[in-house]
Amino acid sequence: MTRRLRIGVLAPALLGLAGLFAWAIAGLPAFGDYRGPYGYVLNRIVVPLRHSTNVVMGTTFDVRGIDTMAEEFILYASVLGVTLLLRDEASAGRVERRTRRLRSDAVRLLGVVMVGGGLLVGLWLVAFGYITPGGGFPGGVVLAGAILLLYLVGSHRDYHPFRNEHVLDPFEGIGAGGYVVTGLAALASGMPFLANLFGHGQTGTLASAGSIGILNGAAGLAVAVAMLLLFAEFLETYVVPLEPEDAGS
Amino acid sequence: MSYLPYAVAAWLCLVGLAGVATSKNLIHLAICLTVTQSSSYVLLLTVGYVKHGKAPIFKGVKLGTTAVDPVVQALTLTDVVVSVAVVALILALALDAHRLSGTVDPDRIADVSG
Repeated sequence: MTRRLRIGVLAPALLGLAGLFAWAIAGLPAFGDYRGPYGYVLNRIVVPLRHSTNVVMGTTFDVRGIDTMAEEFILYASVLGVTLLLRDEASAGRVERRTRRLRSDAVRLLGVVMVGGGLLVGLWLVAFGYITPGGGFPGGVVLAGAILLLYLVGSHRDYHPFRNEHVLDPFEGIGAGGYVVTGLAALASGMPFLANLFGHGQTGTLASAGSIGILNGAAGLAVAVAMLLLFAEFLETYVVPLEPEDAGS
Repeated sequence: MSYLPYAVAAWLCLVGLAGVATSKNLIHLAICLTVTQSSSYVLLLTVGYVKHGKAPIFKGVKLGTTAVDPVVQALTLTDVVVSVAVVALILALALDAHRLSGTVDPDRIADVSG
């Protein structure tokens, strides 16, 4: 199909879709005119019932906890897929190898400070996820981002442990498996799968919300490690394992 | 004015689709797909907005204060995760395509056989 023909087919299709969108939007309630009951109900019941002051995380890890388990496995499946797709390639000879050394001390210093700061922010987002804004998913991504900064500003050697899948895999397992085990623990104690175990604790403190805290931590770990694994797989395909000058220094 | 957020979502979806269909680079295509997917974030958050509602986080806020729908926010979270998963797979496939055909232009990859 030529490019011209493709655009010729695409333009009327998009125009038609735009028309349908306009029709649909005209029938929607105006922005801010919320009709559904669930938002109001959850905002009323999650804090008294689960003692989790972040209702979004209370919803994610308790009210729809089983969905979130599936969500974790979507990420897991993606890591698996990327690993399988690129494995072949990594062994089939690398395409282009570039040595890259960062020479600026100022950038290195700033980077190291940002790695520390990023790790702290990430840990805080995960740890207090069910109390204040944050949670395992965004926190996990910030943690992974902070560690990736180490790759940007440090040498390959500094980053080496974080691209070794044999080091990372067990943590991914603990993250994804911990979620399921918490669900099964509820089953074992005679409650429905993923029912909230433990006492609900003092609202607004770290010791609150029962299982939500554990599920939140497990998700944080799984997400952070999944990001690192994805990055490691892409890195493995295009960059040399260890540069001699790094190995020696 | 009160329909603007819906219109933004529709626009993002259309622009992203146009980008995917006319893309000359698989990596560009992956990014266009994230633009399309972003429209669903905008739509979800728009649907859940309550006029003058605050974030559904009640740390230091009296219970019963008007807040937006937490369900769609949790769904947006899922949406973002799915987006990351899909983009990672597309990029891996793009790498594979580049290795096999030496190009990331979808039109030229189609000419390569085997």
